[in-house]
Amino acid sequence: MSQAKVPAWVSVGLIPLLNILLAFFVSGLVFLAIGEDPIEAAGYLIYGAFGYDEGIGYTLYYATNLIFTGLAVSIAFKAGLFNIGGEGQAYIGGLGVGLLCLWFDSSLPLIVIAPLAIIGGALFGAAWAYIPAYLQARRGSHIVITTIMFNFIASSLMVYLMVNWLKAEGVMSPISRTFEESAWLPYMHDLFSPFGLDIGGSPLNMAFILALLCCVLYWGLVWHTRWGYQLRTVGTNPTAAQYAGIDNAKVTIWVMLISGGFAGLVGVNEIMGVNHNLLLNFTAGYGFAGIAVALMGRNHPVGIILAAMLFGALYQGGAELAFEIPTITPEIVVVIQGLVILFSGALENMFKGRIEGFFLRRAAA
Amino acid sequence: MSDQTHPYAIELEGISKRFGAVQANKDIGLQVPAGTIHGIIGENGAGKSTLMSIIYGFYEADSGTISIDGQQVDIRNSQDAIKVGIGMVHQHFMLVENFTVLENVILGAEGGAVLNQGISAARKELKRLEQEYSLDIDVDAVVENLPVGLQQRVEILKALYRGAKILILDEPTGVLTPQEADHLFRILKSLTEQGVTVLLITHKLREILASTDNVSVMRQGEMVAHRETATTDKEELAELMVGKKVRLKVNKDEAQPQQAVLTAKELSFFDGQGVERLKKVSLELKAGEILGIAGVSGNGQSELLNVLSGITPMASGEIQFAGQTITANAAKTAAQMRDLKMAHVPEDRHKMGLVTGFEAYEAAVLGYHDSSDYNGAILMDRKAMLDECNERMAAWDVRPPNPHLKTANFSGGNQQKIVIAREVEQNPEVLLIGQPTRGVDIGAIENIHEQIVKLRDAGKAILLVSVELDEIMALSDRIIVMFDGAIVGQVDASEADERTLGLMMANAWNEEQGAPE
Repeated sequence: MSQAKVPAWVSVGLIPLLNILLAFFVSGLVFLAIGEDPIEAAGYLIYGAFGYDEGIGYTLYYATNLIFTGLAVSIAFKAGLFNIGGEGQAYIGGLGVGLLCLWFDSSLPLIVIAPLAIIGGALFGAAWAYIPAYLQARRGSHIVITTIMFNFIASSLMVYLMVNWLKAEGVMSPISRTFEESAWLPYMHDLFSPFGLDIGGSPLNMAFILALLCCVLYWGLVWHTRWGYQLRTVGTNPTAAQYAGIDNAKVTIWVMLISGGFAGLVGVNEIMGVNHNLLLNFTAGYGFAGIAVALMGRNHPVGIILAAMLFGALYQGGAELAFEIPTITPEIVVVIQGLVILFSGALENMFKGRIEGFFLRRAAA
Repeated sequence: MSDQTHPYAIELEGISKRFGAVQANKDIGLQVPAGTIHGIIGENGAGKSTLMSIIYGFYEADSGTISIDGQQVDIRNSQDAIKVGIGMVHQHFMLVENFTVLENVILGAEGGAVLNQGISAARKELKRLEQEYSLDIDVDAVVENLPVGLQQRVEILKALYRGAKILILDEPTGVLTPQEADHLFRILKSLTEQGVTVLLITHKLREILASTDNVSVMRQGEMVAHRETATTDKEELAELMVGKKVRLKVNKDEAQPQQAVLTAKELSFFDGQGVERLKKVSLELKAGEILGIAGVSGNGQSELLNVLSGITPMASGEIQFAGQTITANAAKTAAQMRDLKMAHVPEDRHKMGLVTGFEAYEAAVLGYHDSSDYNGAILMDRKAMLDECNERMAAWDVRPPNPHLKTANFSGGNQQKIVIAREVEQNPEVLLIGQPTRGVDIGAIENIHEQIVKLRDAGKAILLVSVELDEIMALSDRIIVMFDGAIVGQVDASEADERTLGLMMANAWNEEQGAPE
């Protein structure tokens, strides 16, 4: 009666790796098509992402945002919900962080502002996710549609607020005044320099630690609390959840609040950690990239960290590549990212059946 | 076995099929004489369906040959199968509900881009078939308006229209009343007289004995015996299926019913489309008795279980239970009903009773996951859950006794044991139990039935829903029959017989005597 199983390293290691390699192979063909040497390009990309301290710092800085949005998409997915609104939730979360910093930067020390802003960012993001969640749970409006809509609403709202209320006096562009330094999240390089460690001048800051803590929180919440138990039941078998007396609507609303909270923390990294003022469009598509990160990370925090690093490396290495080889425009870098998403997401099952079959037969023999 | 003068309609030799580590079919040999009804019997997972799928071209065998009328054939897909004259009637009908019989029959065989021509040609051919085999169907009726028995005949007609000389029926009586099943067997008999060969796959011993000429028994992927039906009996077949002696009767003493513990008055329920699925159902459940609810699947039994257990709210009516009055306005959730010590083994363990993606120890607390037994202050107490799961797996003989195995990977019988153990070990006052042995091996059925009787003897009240009439009759102390959402009859188990219950299930009890059609 015993059933053969595919070894874990195959399904979480080998198959994703093959998918990525195939994506890089096709990217290589694209480089050949525009007359560039793919090996040389790959060299620049890898060097740019991992070759020197500052590069690594940038990679991790991008990864920080992607971990937040990846967790956001992933935890909603655990309840069977597709939260496409990470972008808007991150945007509004950033607004919350910015407002708190603007209000308290001259009156409170960092040790107080930082937790306030973190909670504020999460609450603002959660609040933005609440309305689609409520509509889904109580009115049956599809969450994919409503969260997409709320991305646009968030975008318009931010423009309105920035232009009419939050713009600093005497500047021509819609940015707020710069925060006092007491509301700046410490950079990693500042943190490490007292110990004689020089890790270059990247924007990597304390928010990276926060992102890792969120991964631990996610893991404990989903797999070790009764709420996580309910969440997974609702996500995998809603009928069984009903049978078990679980309130599906309540779980839906709570998971979306947490999802929005994770997304909102992008604001901590961007606003408090790097820009030090409130501005437009700082989310730069991280909310959407989070979908790919969650997908590739197999909805597991460790996978999400790895996937976020991969995409972070593509962002950073891609920028380096576009800088070094002028014919490679930033758009080509987006093509590579697209191919990675295509092969590891949409075409995920291309090799899966055959490879699993191979290992099943080997296990059986 | 049979005379050598006319060839076998189907002959299989050395058919083997492996799925990963599972050897689903192993060196199967089978010879079916033309113009006979041949039964294939075996437990769930014995490999019956795989074998039929190979004959019908859904799977290709790893090795072995198939011969039709003495000619070796190569069947790679269902088109090939149809070409050599094989037709299949699936357990779940493959009909377009809002098409007419005629439209359903020609679907996929329209005979050209313009429909009209094909339709009139088909109409003629259908009339001929329908008369030749006395199938008694109005070809212009819309399928959704036909009773299931007739829908099944549409499936048969479909196969015949495509020129089937060999008809495979997969568990054809699952949705039929006993009378409808008898009618089906009469039709099959007349088909064989016209030279059609029938392969009948079932797990019901009674039907094999009642309708077939020969029977082959499968066990764990192997063909273990061939018998002429006239020379065998229930006991021998059951033993061949399981590989050891089985007791088909349930041992139980007279019930000692006590006070009523659950009273339902005029329960009504409407589904999402506004169809009344429960029509003023009233019943009384006493401690120390098993109340059986008989009926053809889909006549309100599932809705009754759901309303009683608090999964779906009632539209009107009243339930008295554990000193509480539950009405549409004072509803209780499934969790609250559990707290009042009502346990529920749902009809469909995959859809409802288990989360198949969960490990066994997690699925073993479903519904009771909020209990302080399994929880610390913040985190769930994994160790307590695992310890208890280990204990229960030993006590209930769940195999393999591995609490970390995903529930999907247990056999049906073992999954069911996990669910029943979870509900029974909570020491409930009332146990609602739906289809307790659906998809469970014969060997495990005995054990599950014993446990249900044991719970009754401990003075608990049990409401048993089953579409297996044998099971209802074997276990119940009192039997209620449901039809179209209403209770249409009630009998004492000692006075119940299959014919009476069958007529009640078809709501034809009042029409004096004779089959209802």
